[in-house]
Amino acid sequence: MKAVLLGATKGMGRALARLLAERGERLFLLEHVPEELDRTARDLEIRGADPPVNWAVCDLLKPETFAPALDAAEKELGGFDTVIVTAGLFGTQEELEADREFAARLLAADFTNTVLFCEEARTRLLAAGGGTLCVFSSVAGERGRKPVILYGSAKAGLSRYLEGLDHKFRAEGLKTVCVKPGFVKTGMTAGLDPPPFAGEPGDVARRVLRAIERGRPEVYVPPAWRYVMCVIRNLPRFVMRRIKF
Amino acid sequence: MPTETSTLETSSEMDQRSVITGPCDRWVAARVGEEPCRLQPAEKVEHAAMPRKAYRTKLAGWGRCPVVDGLEIKSEDLEKSTENANLCRGLGRSYGDSSLPAGAEDTVANTTLADRLLSFDVESGILRAEAGLSLLELNRLLLRRGWFTPVSPGTQFVTLGGMVASDVHGKNHHVDGCFGQHVRSLKLRTADGRIIECSDAHEPELFRATLGGMGLTGHILEVEFRMHRIPSPWIWGESERIPNLDRMIAGLKEAAGQWPMTVGWVDCLARGKSLGRGILMKGRWAESHEAPDRPPKLKRRKRIPFEFPAFALGKASMKAFNLLYYHKHFRRVRRGIERPDAFFYPLDAIDDWNLVYGRRGFTQYQCVLPHAEDNGPARRFLDAFVSGGGMGFLCVIKDCGPEGKGMLSFPRPGISIAMDFPVHRRKTQPLVDRLNERVIAEGGRIYLTKDAFTRPEHFRAMEPRLDAFNAVRRKWDPQGRLRSAQSVRLLGDEK
Repeated sequence: MKAVLLGATKGMGRALARLLAERGERLFLLEHVPEELDRTARDLEIRGADPPVNWAVCDLLKPETFAPALDAAEKELGGFDTVIVTAGLFGTQEELEADREFAARLLAADFTNTVLFCEEARTRLLAAGGGTLCVFSSVAGERGRKPVILYGSAKAGLSRYLEGLDHKFRAEGLKTVCVKPGFVKTGMTAGLDPPPFAGEPGDVARRVLRAIERGRPEVYVPPAWRYVMCVIRNLPRFVMRRIKF
Repeated sequence: MPTETSTLETSSEMDQRSVITGPCDRWVAARVGEEPCRLQPAEKVEHAAMPRKAYRTKLAGWGRCPVVDGLEIKSEDLEKSTENANLCRGLGRSYGDSSLPAGAEDTVANTTLADRLLSFDVESGILRAEAGLSLLELNRLLLRRGWFTPVSPGTQFVTLGGMVASDVHGKNHHVDGCFGQHVRSLKLRTADGRIIECSDAHEPELFRATLGGMGLTGHILEVEFRMHRIPSPWIWGESERIPNLDRMIAGLKEAAGQWPMTVGWVDCLARGKSLGRGILMKGRWAESHEAPDRPPKLKRRKRIPFEFPAFALGKASMKAFNLLYYHKHFRRVRRGIERPDAFFYPLDAIDDWNLVYGRRGFTQYQCVLPHAEDNGPARRFLDAFVSGGGMGFLCVIKDCGPEGKGMLSFPRPGISIAMDFPVHRRKTQPLVDRLNERVIAEGGRIYLTKDAFTRPEHFRAMEPRLDAFNAVRRKWDPQGRLRSAQSVRLLGDEK
């Protein structure tokens, strides 16, 4: 596997990158802070990634960085077959309601720019004859829910986009994997009260890797969230208006 | 929240700039024909997803007593999260209040997400990593490649930063000393916010104060130390049933010459002639021809699913446990190949074993007592424990080697004794006081990492080194910003 990872310095992206490193895969990292990228690259090399692990600066808030960064990855790896996107912004509903500017940035990063990045990645993967595009969306996009209205709406759009890609391009060899994490204990969720079925990044990474290998278009992590969301999707509005979830 | 101001519309200078790629020493322009560009420090980009803010939480050590309110901040970026922190905290395996904030408005930086390996030289074994890297992860990655930490405590649920702050010792203390002996360099954030590298050569005083300094001299960000090469990832062990204390101590001393790793478990409820009876364990790394070809598999850990009710910890159940543990060892001597995790970390097999002690929690008491021909100090200490109404599941005994270079580091030549006991509202404080008085009388000292009940006057009486340590702290932290619940209790820090 020759994989390009956007967002591997933190959280679930880091856990997944480490898992790939231990299997000795070729990796290329994209993110926006050079120092962090470099430290993460060294970590992955020591853990067994096929050296050298190189990187390029790519900022999810700056779409003009996407194409050059992916060009650099292509050049460095000699072509890639997998692109994994775990980067994104997160804020609680209260934070986003209080700060309009932050809300604008989050919506742009988590929907528009992630989609634009995927478009860049998709064309390159298709030009190379296919591959896997694995993108982290969220269960927050499954239903309009009180605690995640803004964040969830961006993720809902992203999930739909990925679903469309899968419908259109699977026959041409592009496997789209849409990951829908429920509550996972990472730096992003530190300080929030973990609900039942909260997951660990390491377990999430193992499940996602299996989904990538099998080309599953949609994967819920931890798996219990598939059933939780199935219930939530089917609750009538008058119930959704009353519950806090 | 992110402070970055450049939004989509305003950031156009990126079009002209070429893409920056790594590694650092050769940041190059990816577009052919362009001049290589170096990133200027002034351009350092703010994190889009900054560490989330500190949040209110309840914190406790492994003994689950005391439980205190405080602010915690947790991030992959330790340099950032320690900026306004009063203390760092790793996996929270210190038993008492070492890793707890001094007050509800104090911030503790949780280091566990900062766990990257930064360099590893396979020739010399020199490893550098972020302070939150756990021993569990280190063992998982490097044991099968033939490397092991130079010193290992009795659990793998500790971080490198914690191992430095407690200057941990292990079964090989009589040979290899404390962990600090093997640390080459530390990256610290001092109280004034500076980030400095310290070692024997550079700021040696701060370096020595930080080894075993309970995180009170600066936030430990990175640790560089030398790993040990091991012939195989298996242990060749021998264990022996020992009928009393004299034989136990003699056995430890005798084994010290032949075995690199020794430890004794003592039935702390046995009295009279069998006082100090127990099991002596000795081990060394197996040579490759003795060991199985395969590396030891990771065992699934068991969980304790709930807090045990208070009555589960009566005298009867403890007696039964101790009796069983002693007599389970049918044969006098057992030898053979062992899994390293079973040898080093027998208790790690059960997650959350601290729940066994129920809601009120427990404490551990560990002291080191000077050697004596007749083993008087250890005997009098155990007597004081048993007659003071103490009882516990586990009592561990070990002969310590020479004192390390850490300014406040625990071990010194003598016999170290550690025991667990449940916290009791009325009985625990008098018991600890009584034990401390015994330790002072014998010229020994206690281990801060285990402590939650010692009185400041007792600690001062057993620590002539305290003034030197405090002087270093005052020099680097005149305003007293770095502090813990323990330092307020024992070292007289202001709350």
